[in-house]
Amino acid sequence: MSKQIICHNAALGYEGSVVVEELDFSVAEGDYLCILGENGSGKSTLIKTLLGLHGVMSGSIEWGRDFSSRDIGYLPQQTPVQRDFPASVREIVISGCLSKLGHRPFFRAAERKLAEDNMARFGITDLADSCYRDLSGGQQQRVLLARALCATGKMLLLDEPVTGLDPRAQIELYELIAKLNAEGISIIMVSHDISAIKYASHILHIGSRRQLFFGSKDDYITSKAGRSFLEAGEADQE
Amino acid sequence: MTELFDTLKYYFSFPFVQYAMIVGLLIALCSSLLGVTLVLKRFSFIGDGLSHVAFGAMAVAIVVGLTNTMVIILPVTVISAILLLRTGQNTKIKGDAAVAMISVGALAVGYMLINLFSKSANVAGDVCSTLFGSTSILTLTKSEVWLCIGMAAVVLAVFVLFYNRIFAVTFDENFAKATGIKADALNLLIAVITALIIVLAMNLVGSLLISALIIFPALSAMSLLRSFRSVVICSAVISVICAAAGILLSVLFSTPVGSTIVTADIAVFAVFKTVSLIKER
Repeated sequence: MSKQIICHNAALGYEGSVVVEELDFSVAEGDYLCILGENGSGKSTLIKTLLGLHGVMSGSIEWGRDFSSRDIGYLPQQTPVQRDFPASVREIVISGCLSKLGHRPFFRAAERKLAEDNMARFGITDLADSCYRDLSGGQQQRVLLARALCATGKMLLLDEPVTGLDPRAQIELYELIAKLNAEGISIIMVSHDISAIKYASHILHIGSRRQLFFGSKDDYITSKAGRSFLEAGEADQE
Repeated sequence: MTELFDTLKYYFSFPFVQYAMIVGLLIALCSSLLGVTLVLKRFSFIGDGLSHVAFGAMAVAIVVGLTNTMVIILPVTVISAILLLRTGQNTKIKGDAAVAMISVGALAVGYMLINLFSKSANVAGDVCSTLFGSTSILTLTKSEVWLCIGMAAVVLAVFVLFYNRIFAVTFDENFAKATGIKADALNLLIAVITALIIVLAMNLVGSLLISALIIFPALSAMSLLRSFRSVVICSAVISVICAAAGILLSVLFSTPVGSTIVTADIAVFAVFKTVSLIKER
């Protein structure tokens, strides 16, 4: 399996201040990495750095051959603006093709075809002309997944994707992401949800400002960081 | 009916009425296109703030005694647009408070300057016409009309060429950035164009009523339509029709141009909103 991302002793932050340091992890093709951590632990800074919006302050992030931050399809958290946004599903999905536009102003037939194919992939072709704000939370996430896969078919980066979904829609979304992973798409999922790790192959746990654990899921469950996180999570659920 | 038609025909034989119509329709078109983005991005307040800044700048231009007031108004408004956008994004400073501060400040200082230094005999009338645009649309010179046509062409070209990118940045700025769109540059472009439109629109409806021109057509279209493209097109159509109706009515019944147009916009909004409420039942 070839590595797509290798992060070596990296310190991340912005405007001169370090938010999180000593990050050591890697993502190989086909991996399902779950990034855990409390709010303020630097997860969103890590996301921005992986997407190429921030530089690395020290250490390094190396990209695999034929891979760069542009090959990551991003599923951001929903913003309040989107909840009452008048846009059709088709318009949103095709906006994922913008990276293929270069200096052209308009989409071509190839991009429109890609958008149709991705809508079919997630079973939202019937909704193509529906308005985004009229969809259920689960349907909205499918639209955003289709959009992300218009941008790339190599890796998906999901930021707290199940937030705000009802339990059934959460499970459906997790199953859908697992299916994409089985088709060979690498997954990086940022979450504070304990049930997210069920599907993961690797875990990266970030504590306050530094890395607590990186390794396979099986090692994580028996590790000290893993045990305390799982116990706290179970106590929450009860 | 024929009598009305004849009156209109008589008025439209004057070049200044024709100019007013051309400029009015162009401004209405441009402001409504941008309005959709501004309302959805929660940037409506920038339009309001900028119009007051433009008033302040005009006061300074009058006091300094410039014949071409645009020399001061245009750069000052564009710079303010850039500054306001910055504070709007910076969560440390309260964005809305900053806008309120700048806009009210510009209004107060502008009025003060005109009162202290204006050589005009009719200060109150001057101020009233800058705020509500009562006469300036009818005193446009040929060169001002061409300037307006040129700027409208630029705004339209930018909007059409960047349509897909503007949509992406409006709907989801984070995703747009991740796919390599220079969102900050695009936001800057939107702010600068907004400033241009506001300066142009001062002639039509006056600085206090500009926000109405930007907001109402967009809100009307959004209440009924369900795709971004149809909202943009509908908003442009509403705005142009309301501007045409407003100008015609104001010519016929000698009402103030600006407030007649805005009243037409409000009426359309009321109709659209009512229809959408009935449909939801």
